[in-house]
Amino acid sequence: MTLKPPVEDFATDWDHTDPQWVQDPYPIWEDLRQRCPVAHTDRFGGGWFPATHEGVSMVAKDTENFTSRTVVVGNGRPDDDALPAPIGVAPPITSDPPFHAIARRIMLPALAPGPVNELEPQVRALCRRLLDNLGDHEIINGGMEYAQYIPPTVIQQLLGFPPEDEETFREFVHVIMEGVDHPEEQRVEEFAPIEEYLRAQIEDHREHPRDDFTNYLLNAEIEGNKLQDEHIAGTIILTLVAGIDTTWSAIGAALWHLASHPDDLARLVNEPDLMPVAIEEFLRFYAPVTMARLVKHDMEYLGCPMKEDDWLLLGFPAANRDPAVFKDADKFIIDRVENRHVAFGLGIHRCAGSNLARMELRVAIEEFIARHPRFELADPSNVTWAPGQVRGPRNLPIRILR
Amino acid sequence: MKVTIDADICQGQGRCFSIAPNLFGFDELGNGVVIGDGILTNETLDQARLAQSNCPEHAIFIEEDR
Repeated sequence: MTLKPPVEDFATDWDHTDPQWVQDPYPIWEDLRQRCPVAHTDRFGGGWFPATHEGVSMVAKDTENFTSRTVVVGNGRPDDDALPAPIGVAPPITSDPPFHAIARRIMLPALAPGPVNELEPQVRALCRRLLDNLGDHEIINGGMEYAQYIPPTVIQQLLGFPPEDEETFREFVHVIMEGVDHPEEQRVEEFAPIEEYLRAQIEDHREHPRDDFTNYLLNAEIEGNKLQDEHIAGTIILTLVAGIDTTWSAIGAALWHLASHPDDLARLVNEPDLMPVAIEEFLRFYAPVTMARLVKHDMEYLGCPMKEDDWLLLGFPAANRDPAVFKDADKFIIDRVENRHVAFGLGIHRCAGSNLARMELRVAIEEFIARHPRFELADPSNVTWAPGQVRGPRNLPIRILR
Repeated sequence: MKVTIDADICQGQGRCFSIAPNLFGFDELGNGVVIGDGILTNETLDQARLAQSNCPEHAIFIEEDR
């Protein structure tokens, strides 16, 4: 670990791994909106951070000036001889047009509302099983003992990977998302076991086909040709990374909110019809995912002198708190009816798993509050939040009230 | 009065068919589609407006009678 100096001014030296940003980024973003609104940093080899909905929206929809070749800010830039644009290492999230549309089209039918709704009974059974296992403990760790266990099992079932590998999944996700600060050589080393594991799984599915997303990808074709193994492995990495840490964070943040806002918890318990709008407000207020782009070429953009290969940190959570778009943006309003939030991104890279994530979040919360209608934070000062581009509570001790 | 979805703008955010499942459905990719001819009554106009005001992509359009 390299020790970095703490940030003194986020406008000229932003760092999304700085402890202050990790703990409570919202006042930082509000300050930036008022006085920048595009922040700069020399860290990570140089980058920009628009704090407004307008800026985020422009960049998210602009594939002429920004590339998705990599979407996680790190110290290095992606190695062009790995799998260069337009495919990228994890298609379609790291793909640019025109290949992006082809790779995305392959993926979407498996994650459309129809197939996702069919998974709901399994997810509900999983949540109930987890709650059964926690029994009548007075203190439950909502992050580590509940939220954390839901998405890996869902993704493992989706991919058709061995159930006993759930713990391995979580390690992989941790390595990919939270090791953003590690030097490039270390990253390559850390990725090696992941690639090896996926190669073995793909081979196993090729030899023993079954009805799951891995075989769905093995059967998929682009203009009559099967997908390259690198494409399949990349899409699986995407499913692991994008489908686990993110949803875990969303579930955890919703539990954190309910544990610290008894009025909202009571309303949700007593008015179950509120659930759909409440879910959207959880997603707006605690949007877990921040994406990134690379600047394609030197240009003046959003009033800033951007250079080729500068990072562009795409803060959907910041856009969701912009008072220019949301009335009382800094207030959590559980029955907010108009809520045009961008928690799943905007434009062609809209989260492909959004239907699945929403369903998991809703079912996880429904089951938790059905079992435990009253609970509170057991140790508020010891709640920890994940650093990096996926934000959610990790250590989340909850006291069940009876 | 009529509601339409611009298929070039829609990205499958999935808000419309959750909010107004009687007006909107989805295709194989999960993109929103208008059910039937999209003609609105006074009762369904409010639902269409609500879906419109929740679409992050601004893909829903309502043609109102003058």
